[in-house]
Amino acid sequence: MKERASGRAFKITRTEWIIIGASLVLPVIFDFSPYFQGLLIFIMMWIILGSSWNLLAGYTGLVSFGHAAYFGIGAYATAIPFLHFGLSPWWGLLTGGIAAVILGYLLGLIVFRLRGPYFALGTLATAEILRIIFGEEEWLTNGHSGILYMTTWVSKYPYYYIALALALGAVFSVKLVTKTKAGFYFLSIREDQDAAEALGINTKKYKNIATVISTFWAGMAGAFYMIYMGFIDPEVVFSLHNISIITILVGIIGGVGTIWGPAVGAIVMVFMQELFRSSIFGLAPEWLSRFHSLVFGLLVIFVILYMAGGIVGDWKLISRKIRTAHAEEKE
Amino acid sequence: MSALTISNLTKVFGGLTAVNDVSFEVQEGEIFGLIGPNGSGKTTIFNMISQYYSVTSGKIYFKGQDITNKKTFEIALLGIGRTFQVVKPLKRLTVEENVMAAAFARESTFAGAKQAATEVLEFCRLDALRGMKAGGLPIAGRKRLEIARALATRPFLLLLDETAAGLNPYELDEAIDIIKKIRSELGITVIIVEHIMKVIMSISDRIHAIAYGATIAQGTPLEVAKDPTVIEAYLGSDYAGENKNAQC
Repeated sequence: MKERASGRAFKITRTEWIIIGASLVLPVIFDFSPYFQGLLIFIMMWIILGSSWNLLAGYTGLVSFGHAAYFGIGAYATAIPFLHFGLSPWWGLLTGGIAAVILGYLLGLIVFRLRGPYFALGTLATAEILRIIFGEEEWLTNGHSGILYMTTWVSKYPYYYIALALALGAVFSVKLVTKTKAGFYFLSIREDQDAAEALGINTKKYKNIATVISTFWAGMAGAFYMIYMGFIDPEVVFSLHNISIITILVGIIGGVGTIWGPAVGAIVMVFMQELFRSSIFGLAPEWLSRFHSLVFGLLVIFVILYMAGGIVGDWKLISRKIRTAHAEEKE
Repeated sequence: MSALTISNLTKVFGGLTAVNDVSFEVQEGEIFGLIGPNGSGKTTIFNMISQYYSVTSGKIYFKGQDITNKKTFEIALLGIGRTFQVVKPLKRLTVEENVMAAAFARESTFAGAKQAATEVLEFCRLDALRGMKAGGLPIAGRKRLEIARALATRPFLLLLDETAAGLNPYELDEAIDIIKKIRSELGITVIIVEHIMKVIMSISDRIHAIAYGATIAQGTPLEVAKDPTVIEAYLGSDYAGENKNAQC
């Protein structure tokens, strides 16, 4: 009994090993073009952000509309020490995560008093306030001119592997947590906060733990963004619709409350975004690129109406539909 | 030893006194019934014990310790488990995961919690439904899950809030059997709020009756059932009068 029970705890499945292996060797074997490598790097960044959001919203029920706050703080905690003290932005992989955790913890003291839509609005307002502050306080942040730094490598390979390592770290930290006491407590809080308290769960404490893990990864994504892009300004990293909303879309389309949902969502979103930005690689008229927000909106409506579990959450449903459609065609 | 002592407990909501100066003492190992018509304040007393409501005045002692100003989760960790009259299943989790979440109150590892949950599920005869999503359970299953989850926190004292309501006669007998076993096999002290007299009369050692938030009677089930104020509270003064005449 004991053995069977522990057997179902954290374990990396064969499919997961294949995914890890493939993402390690494929870029080398096929020698992807820098353009395609760039897309992969952005996919990894969105996996980190999506997993971060998913832990809070999907597993703990705290739907954040302001993940740009943690992303931006991570990016600025990387860029500001460089700007003022000449400290290498690589330190950001330490300071970015820590700064985001501190912000997340302090904010938690305020926004955890709010429930449901009010919590979402509280987080949204936070990111917007930070965007304005970081734009105005020029002595500290260089304001809207942003902060520029010459990136370390021209080749994209090293960045790809760093992003991959961070993305795997984010995904597997979520997977690990779901098999622990904390993971069960997150889910209990999501399902019913009053019932959770009756089970002896210190809901405030466990919301804080979820926030610490989530904001750490969001901050790391921000730090990575600064290191990789070599340029940030407040409008980019604290952006409501380019960061906060896209993060939510990655989570929802992939599958809220699923371990691999954000990864699938990130792939879909990055390709969708690229398809529209390039007007389907130049094949469609140029004006199509202006419609990407509209299409994202429609996509979200579709997902919420017809597959609320997202691609991963409703995979069984989707594959069954495809199979029956296939069978009908054959007949 | 006294498991729970309630002394002069009062709860006021705005201008309404929901519980008015209620006192009782529950002994260790007892099954203690709390009865009263709808709206008499039974659930309010439970909510004060488990600290969902703050106490307006009065004190609550658990094993001699003052717990009047503890937090809800601390009450659970101290050893007072409770069920909810309006059941609160963790809907998108399976029955087993629901119980595991509760078992983590005493267990720190996944395997430990799973083992503890398995034992509780067998005790409550829910093991056949362990893989089912709690949101898909019928009412009898949900009521039973409430009990299982409370037991998984390994309470010293268990507060059961109308766990037999809405059950069919067969399910009712099973529920009575489980509640009896909670005391006889697990040695847990039980306070039970119930409207179904068959349940409360057959399993309680003592009963405390309240109406409009105030105590009207206390004693053995037989004494309370015969008490004219209790009959009046439930059925109206006409019946209470008849009963008095019948006794004469």
